[in-house]
Amino acid sequence: MNAEAKTTVNPSRRFFTTDSLALARLYLFLGLAAVVAGTLLSLIIRIHRTWPAFAFPFAGVPTPEQYLAVVTMHGTLMIFFVLTVVPQFAFPNLVLARQIGAPGMAFPRLNAAAFWVALASLLVLLAAFFVPQGAPISGWTSYPPLSAIAAAGPGQGAGMDCWLAAIALFCLAAIAASINFLITIALRRGPGMSWSRLPLTVWSWLASSALTVIAFSALLAAAAMLLADRHLGTSFFVPSGEVINGFALTGGASGSPMLWLHLFWFFGHPEVYISILPGMGLTSLLLANFTRRPVPAPRFMLAALLLIGVLGLGVWGHHLFVSGMNPYAGTAFGLTTMAIAIPSSAEVLIWLLMLFRGRIQLKTPALFTLGFLSFFISGGLTGPILAQPALDAYLHNTFFVVAHFHLVMAMAGVFSIFAGIYYWYPLLTGRLMNETLGHLHFWISLIGAYGTFFPMHLAGLAGEPRHYAQLAGPIQSFANLIPVERGISFAAFMLVAAQFIFLFNVFRSARHGAPAPDNPWRATTLEWAPILHPTTWCSPCAYGSEFAPPDDFLPQWQSRASIPDSPVSTPGKSGVS
Amino acid sequence: MPATFTRHQVEVEHRDTGYGGKPPVDRRPTGGGGGDDNWDSRSSGRRGPRELLIRYRLAVLSALAGDFVFFAVLVSAFFVRPTSGHIDASASFISDWHPFAIPPILWINTAILLLSTVTIEIARRQLFHEIDVMEEWLGLGRPAVKRAAPWLLTTILLGGLFLTGQWIAWQQLASQGLFFSTNPNSHFFYLVTGAHGFHLLLGIGALIFAFIAMFQFKRVEMRQIALDCTTWYWHAMSLFWIFLFTLLVCFQ
Repeated sequence: MNAEAKTTVNPSRRFFTTDSLALARLYLFLGLAAVVAGTLLSLIIRIHRTWPAFAFPFAGVPTPEQYLAVVTMHGTLMIFFVLTVVPQFAFPNLVLARQIGAPGMAFPRLNAAAFWVALASLLVLLAAFFVPQGAPISGWTSYPPLSAIAAAGPGQGAGMDCWLAAIALFCLAAIAASINFLITIALRRGPGMSWSRLPLTVWSWLASSALTVIAFSALLAAAAMLLADRHLGTSFFVPSGEVINGFALTGGASGSPMLWLHLFWFFGHPEVYISILPGMGLTSLLLANFTRRPVPAPRFMLAALLLIGVLGLGVWGHHLFVSGMNPYAGTAFGLTTMAIAIPSSAEVLIWLLMLFRGRIQLKTPALFTLGFLSFFISGGLTGPILAQPALDAYLHNTFFVVAHFHLVMAMAGVFSIFAGIYYWYPLLTGRLMNETLGHLHFWISLIGAYGTFFPMHLAGLAGEPRHYAQLAGPIQSFANLIPVERGISFAAFMLVAAQFIFLFNVFRSARHGAPAPDNPWRATTLEWAPILHPTTWCSPCAYGSEFAPPDDFLPQWQSRASIPDSPVSTPGKSGVS
Repeated sequence: MPATFTRHQVEVEHRDTGYGGKPPVDRRPTGGGGGDDNWDSRSSGRRGPRELLIRYRLAVLSALAGDFVFFAVLVSAFFVRPTSGHIDASASFISDWHPFAIPPILWINTAILLLSTVTIEIARRQLFHEIDVMEEWLGLGRPAVKRAAPWLLTTILLGGLFLTGQWIAWQQLASQGLFFSTNPNSHFFYLVTGAHGFHLLLGIGALIFAFIAMFQFKRVEMRQIALDCTTWYWHAMSLFWIFLFTLLVCFQ
């Protein structure tokens, strides 16, 4: 579409490329591979819960252990390789350097190495399916003692080691990539791109990268300790008097499984913000673009965004209310969790204000942004409910929790990923994606997603537990929930079917899409600048005719002085060609 | 602010949609020829002689921030583990945390490590000594490298000595029957000393790299970067060791 796209062709031809556009493409394919695998696993979950007697081809009827392995791998794939890889690694590679007017990443080779380590991590994780006894069964949170002792179940031997190795590799990749982003933002901003002119997307990547360095370092240390417990005979996490499959564990060490819970969730909760903060930044940017109005109170928005990042480090205990943690600590963590709802609500209210002030153009990226907003609200509203230790005592490990995090993290995250892909697609291919198919994809996905995850609230309130392979076996406690489960499954099939429209659209538009003009969304941020490494002249999101009459937006690469009718006719000295 | 005179009509400040603050300096009319000695208004890559150095240094410091969290998490076990025990048949609380005396050689190791931070700092400062750097940059000789090399070699030796000392400490503990898996306290001791030792092993690799770099790298700047980043890493490892050592000595 423009000079940039052409200049990047050559380096991307190389296999070990350091070109960030090519890396973005590789990351997107990595995310696609993971999301396909993760979705297939979720289909197995849905089918088995609804029709427990269904025999899968080549595998037969899953045993409860196999079901748990499927759940574990579904969660791990989706959280690490989709919801982290795409918003936190693919999108920054795609636009971060351009949005700040940088000539490139601060450490291109480190950045490229991070991708290959992430790929190795995915391969090691998937290898867990093929080792003796298969994939681990202890959930994506891998609580000990189940995860610390190989005898605890099938998959807890070699499969669990694969899982831990994959997570350790992913930690290294994430830390390396994030350090590169941090330094790029701090030191490689182009001329005129002061901190006050950074788009909110860049701020959100700054916050999520800082969180990544902190949280993944903690996870790396915890994984090292768990590996020591498994193979070096230590007992950081293994409690005493443990009886596994009828055999009492000898050794008599009294380690603390609680320690793992704390360490894991000290990583795990910031991880939620790592995957959702980029979506929040993107939402602000896209709502401003498609309502053609600036972000109101941008300083306030920024403060809220950063506050969410900071508070996100102090709320992990709300995952531990029923784990035997000190009840006073539970109250404290409940309070911090309520506190994080304040900046989150501030963001939401300002987004709603933006919708109220401007008339939104319902292009596909705008639709998916609205979808993000909808899921962020509907999923977020159950957050303060689950933040009450007393309510959580009932709701913990029910489908209410599953509904909550699938709406607020998974669906909101995925919809913002879709918004980003539809919006930035011209940067990758020079073409636009089909709008009709995009609208179709959005509406079916929206209905499918609510149909899948909204009834889970009701099932959870009725007491339906997580991690149960079957609802109606010898004990019929939850048999009356089977119809709900069936409805959920059909909605999930619809949700999955809609993604074929998206895949068709992506691959068809790459060849046959409408050629994109230089700035297809009439956007102001620098990734759409027609020149390489432009100088920045104004703040992001200068939408509205007061900025650059007669046009209704002033791109960051355009000086007011260069507009013919403006009071200034001589361009100022820019210092850079 | 003094009055400014310019022949051009200056750009009028408009309402900015950003986060406020002062507008960037490059837009201020200066009156003269533009007064463009502000490196920030140049594009990245042309921001003065220390640009790359600052970039690498900041990256190492960010990585060390992550590393700090890594060690903090390991140390959290030190505080949590003693509190976890079990209730035995006669309903009394049994803790299996048994403090042991750390091998005295650790005091010597600590002194060696502290000495090594001094020597590496001297080496680093030699490589940044302005007149010598200028001489190297002009290609007249290599005074800075010649002065830094012995200090750097000393640091490598001291680092090796420290690791040997740690190895001896492990041997002494093993001869007392205290292995990694013996008791919770020995888990912790071996875990932190092992993790720290592994970091120092990487550090010695970096020192050797910096040593080779001093003689092999063509650009003075890159030689400085190699040693500077290694130095900050080495200082951080010494600092971490002081924390870990204090924990092991005073808080068992």
